[in-house]
Amino acid sequence: MSVSPLLDVRGVNQMYGSGERRFIAVQNIQLSIHEGEFVALVGPSGCGKSTLLRIITGLNKPSSGVVLYRDNVVSGVNPHATIVFQTFALFPWLTVQANVEVALKARGLPAGERSQRAVALLDKVGLDGFENAYPRELSGGMRQKVGFARAMAVEPELLCLDEPFSALDVLSAEALRGELLELWTTGQIPTKAILMVTHNIEEAVMLADRVVVMEKEPGRIVADIAVDLPYPRRRKSPEFLAKVDLVYATLAGQTQPETLELGSAPGEPGRTRSLPDVPVANIAGLLETLAEKPGNRADIYQFVSELKVDSDHLLLLTEAVELLGFAIVDRGDIQLTPLGQTFADASILARKEIFAMRIRRLPLFHWLLSILTKADKHELQWDVIQTALELDFPPADAEKQIDVAVDWGRYAELISYDDGREVISLEGGLVKEAA
Amino acid sequence: MSDLKELFQVNVPAQRRATLADGVALLSLAVAFYGGLTLANRFFTGSAETGQISLSPGALPVYTLYSMGRMLIAYLLSLAFTLVYGRMAAYDRQAEKVLMPLLDVLQSVPILSFLPVVLISLSAVMPQRFAAELTSVVLIFTSQAWNMTFAWYQSLTTIPKELREASAIFRLTPWMRFKTMELPFGAISLIWNSMMSWAGGWFFLMAAEIFTVGQESFRLPGLGAYLQAAAYQDNLPAIGWGLATLVLVIVVMDQWIWRPLLAWADRFKLEMVESDNPPTSWFYDLLRNASLVGWFQRRIASPLVERFDGWLIQRYPAADEPAAQSQRKGAGLSIFMLLGAGLLLFGGYRAFAWMATLPASAWMNIAWGLLATTARVLISLVIALAWTIPVGYAIGSNPRTAAWLQPIVQVVASLPATALFPVLVAALAALAGGLNLAAVLLMLMGTQWYLLFNIIAGAAAIPQDLKYTTALLGIKGWERWKTMILPSLFPFIITGAITASGGAWNASIVAEYIQFGGKTMQVSGIGAIIASATHNGDYPLLLASTLTMILAVALINRLLWRRLYRVAEERFRME
Repeated sequence: MSVSPLLDVRGVNQMYGSGERRFIAVQNIQLSIHEGEFVALVGPSGCGKSTLLRIITGLNKPSSGVVLYRDNVVSGVNPHATIVFQTFALFPWLTVQANVEVALKARGLPAGERSQRAVALLDKVGLDGFENAYPRELSGGMRQKVGFARAMAVEPELLCLDEPFSALDVLSAEALRGELLELWTTGQIPTKAILMVTHNIEEAVMLADRVVVMEKEPGRIVADIAVDLPYPRRRKSPEFLAKVDLVYATLAGQTQPETLELGSAPGEPGRTRSLPDVPVANIAGLLETLAEKPGNRADIYQFVSELKVDSDHLLLLTEAVELLGFAIVDRGDIQLTPLGQTFADASILARKEIFAMRIRRLPLFHWLLSILTKADKHELQWDVIQTALELDFPPADAEKQIDVAVDWGRYAELISYDDGREVISLEGGLVKEAA
Repeated sequence: MSDLKELFQVNVPAQRRATLADGVALLSLAVAFYGGLTLANRFFTGSAETGQISLSPGALPVYTLYSMGRMLIAYLLSLAFTLVYGRMAAYDRQAEKVLMPLLDVLQSVPILSFLPVVLISLSAVMPQRFAAELTSVVLIFTSQAWNMTFAWYQSLTTIPKELREASAIFRLTPWMRFKTMELPFGAISLIWNSMMSWAGGWFFLMAAEIFTVGQESFRLPGLGAYLQAAAYQDNLPAIGWGLATLVLVIVVMDQWIWRPLLAWADRFKLEMVESDNPPTSWFYDLLRNASLVGWFQRRIASPLVERFDGWLIQRYPAADEPAAQSQRKGAGLSIFMLLGAGLLLFGGYRAFAWMATLPASAWMNIAWGLLATTARVLISLVIALAWTIPVGYAIGSNPRTAAWLQPIVQVVASLPATALFPVLVAALAALAGGLNLAAVLLMLMGTQWYLLFNIIAGAAAIPQDLKYTTALLGIKGWERWKTMILPSLFPFIITGAITASGGAWNASIVAEYIQFGGKTMQVSGIGAIIASATHNGDYPLLLASTLTMILAVALINRLLWRRLYRVAEERFRME
């Protein structure tokens, strides 16, 4: 295309921290959005998609790279862009109408025109009669409508949606999606392009022309999938299902050779693989369900609706069972390994043993157990371990990693944790082994 | 009950460790005091009595008006200080590192220690009568400002990120952000803290209206001076009149100002659900339903506000820089900092050299006094705990009692114990150790309420399920207290105790050194040392004892209270 894009993100990196403790939130992002496009940005939590959205709107400044808007470098908040927030971000002490008017007042519109425009917009989103209500009197879906009305009040060219439907109940979300699509496809709003961040893959395929897929550690774009299905799209149609499957397959990836999959130990060169933040009970649950499937195999996408978990969580779970060698992932399908099969069939005690054996292979655990073995009385303060891990992870993530390690390690009876003293120690059996 | 929690939220900065900044804050304070006190040495050689206090009840209305005026000016100053200082600390990372420790230290400076410094610097630039008035205002200010500033800082730093981002993305101007986001967000805690500040102001009003510095003694006509003079002359009817006026003023303010404000501010609750029993006020309902008020609002106030807003929005448009920008230090700033550091070191050296002139016996006295005051604070805390835990639990676990008792207790709590004190001393002075008892009692009267309110709030927050379970398991008596009640109350007890012990230390300066019935009575304690050093104009001693007390209070806070607070938050909080 010869027309220059509305938005052009060029080589954007976002880093924080410094020196050894430097972490990459998003890396080398290249992304163009043209007029008339509805782009969805999907990816696992922690992949930096919200960060990217904030960089694009000018709320955050990237560490390097530029964002061009209509060929001009964005510095400061982009006046042509706006955001609809996940938690609505309404002022609880202002009425619905006043919440919409605030945006207009900031642009210096006189009182009469403000109220006229606000009322008209509230009409458009179906909130007439609620002008004088306070946000707390409304349901989640209606609150988000106020969020949309407020965003449209400033007539943005680029409308950014930050997980706009994920805090709503299923029915409200579905209704609101339909209304947004109608406003967008019939050209009732002056918006030139929409960029939506979501972790709901079905939602992305339902609404967008393009699904941009991001991966974490570091946050980066790994695929840009065109969705050229006509509106309205039907969830049950084979074309739709194929697209959703494709996105899932891209996100879940393929099981890699073991050394690549496991990564390196903390403090050593190479990427330290983080432990996926899922409780042990969920891992067991997933394996049991999978064991009941014909051929011990299932389609990840269909699994989401069957297990009634959100796709974000399922992807984390998949990552965990993959990492432990209980299952392999291949082209959007998940397949139980013989080991996973054994685990699913085993008794409670035998499960613990298998689990212990598997997690001792993980470099992070291996490292943790070895420093505990060397430590005085085989115990270490939480803070000490966290400080060590902060060389490989940002502080909040390092804490999360220890949380997961403690949960897994307790189940496997490898380590124990005393919350009062904040001390992590080797479990009895291992102490003997060490001696 | 939730408002009670807000009322007594204690400002324990999250897990901060002692830093260089604390040291710098302490040192700069020492230097500032040193500077002021040296000036004091030079200025005060002559003597002048200012004003005579009439003890006739007829003088009370005018006196009350004077005192209210001083309190109001001090309060407005506190509010201005709060808005500016809190904002700087909340929005500027660099400034925060200096401002918050400084506030921490300022908070633990006993009010009388400010006296000579303030008085001298003010008399240097204005006529003495005026300087005395202003000194009084500043003293009241020092008893009002700090908690408000902490509260404002805390609200600013807890505004949800998305709300902040929304205001940036919709390009709200600085004024609009203040009006539609920051002020509403902080309103409730600011109002509660204002109430606390006024109570604090009443507590120290007597000390702020009659004071002696060196050979100079000042009496400013006012309610506090009236009460003080009545006590000094042992005039019981006058004490009664003064107290009655004070109670009247406090009740009227509660009914006409604070309750309506709270009822109005209920709209600023951040919860997205309707509250069960919002604060009510008959006066607020009256105002809201008055047609004249409605007319005024529609016809005059709203258009004016609109004009004003429009003007401010045009005058100060939204800044264009990103919301999260990196702070850059200019070369000018670092030179300024270098200069400041030099000045600080020099001043610190001189201050310590000055304190070094004190004989060893004075230091022994201070150490001994510190010990005695610590003991008194401890005893008053133990007594307060002993009665507030059972009583607070009884009130809090019974919502019906709480509903009618709570407003009464709140008014009683805001009565300044200092005003009742002379009566107490009169009763106890004859007894052996009566003065010691009186001092402990004053500390107790000033501080037990913090504990009581917190415990009531804590008891009300014990989940019903837990109570049922305890009953079903047949856990009774002491066992019930041990397994359910005390652990559930623990965070609230700690929060209350922190405020209470801080208050007790500050109260020691009025509790340990008393002028009554034409005599000066004192018990040994660091509060008494500070008070008498102020009266006698012994500035090196004042500096030394003040710094010792600040250090002791800061140390106790760091080593004891903050740790307990952390344990309470992490292990016993029910959320």
